[in-house]
Amino acid sequence: MYWNLFVSFLKIGFISFGGGYAMIPVIEYEVRAHQWLSTQEFTDVVAIAGMSPGPIATNSAVFVGYKVGGMLGAAISAVAVSLPSLLIVVLLSLFMYKMKKRNFMDNAFYGLRPVITGLIAYAAIHFAMQNDMIGTSKLLGFEWIGILFVIAGLGLLLFTKINPVMVILLSGVMGVVIYY
Amino acid sequence: MEKNKIKLLWDIFFTFFKISPVSFGGGYAMIPLLERAVTVKKKWVEEKDIADVLVMAQTVPGSIAVNTATFIGYRIAGLFGAIAGTIGIVTPTFLIIVALAALFLSFQHNPIVEAAFMGIRPAIVALIAYAAITIGKTAIFNTVTGIIAGVALILFLFVPVHPIFILIAGSYWYFIK
Repeated sequence: MYWNLFVSFLKIGFISFGGGYAMIPVIEYEVRAHQWLSTQEFTDVVAIAGMSPGPIATNSAVFVGYKVGGMLGAAISAVAVSLPSLLIVVLLSLFMYKMKKRNFMDNAFYGLRPVITGLIAYAAIHFAMQNDMIGTSKLLGFEWIGILFVIAGLGLLLFTKINPVMVILLSGVMGVVIYY
Repeated sequence: MEKNKIKLLWDIFFTFFKISPVSFGGGYAMIPLLERAVTVKKKWVEEKDIADVLVMAQTVPGSIAVNTATFIGYRIAGLFGAIAGTIGIVTPTFLIIVALAALFLSFQHNPIVEAAFMGIRPAIVALIAYAAITIGKTAIFNTVTGIIAGVALILFLFVPVHPIFILIAGSYWYFIK
């Protein structure tokens, strides 16, 4: 199990381009493949990861590691997810980072960025479905309060300069007001 | 290892250790702090070089904050410096997330916490959708990139293959073409 954690997060460490939420669906894929957590449980993990300082992908990896294998699991996940960038940064520094290299990366990013956009859009749809916001037996197949939360949150993020952490905290308070 | 080197490694570790807890929300918030710490306070990097460091930290996989710490650590003190910088910037956030995880796991069945998370889960969907829109604004700038994004979305939704393969296909697009 510790070995599985290590290999899963090492893989993710190598491809975590784009930062932020881009790696969330990839981590979720690994988590589901190993049946460590359900997508709903993983959504809560992402919420906690988003509230803590530090990169959200690393935080999610550490939380998953902690849930699966306690303190040791968390430590293994942290090392595995950080190791690839450490190696790559050291190697690049060794071989000097020249303009040519940068062109090469730009070209790779030409196709990669739109794919990452698709990946994150997929993650949004997938998380909405797995959290029973779409396709359940509620009115017209939607869970309307949840949808309203999504729209309100998205509106705040798009049209104000609100900190994402505040959005999470505010929705938590609203959740208590409505559901408790 | 000589005494000065150990002192330098400790200094690298502690400088990034102090900055780390500030990095709420992905690391960009701490860039100005980090910049000031390594250029003005410690004089490890000249101000004209810091932009190059940041571009490189962004291009390499991983978070920009961690990569910057690794890169600067390497420049000052080689491989051990890189390791000291990485451990320094990762440790505080690691401890915080583990503490929060432990706290959440012991209170998750509390009715108030459950109600709060009923509200928070849709907010996470909103945050992810927002991330897609933000990156889409720079990634999709013509018909081709629009089609790539659309095809990728359909593949992710309906083809049960590891997402890594679709990402790799995306990065090779330019070279195949």
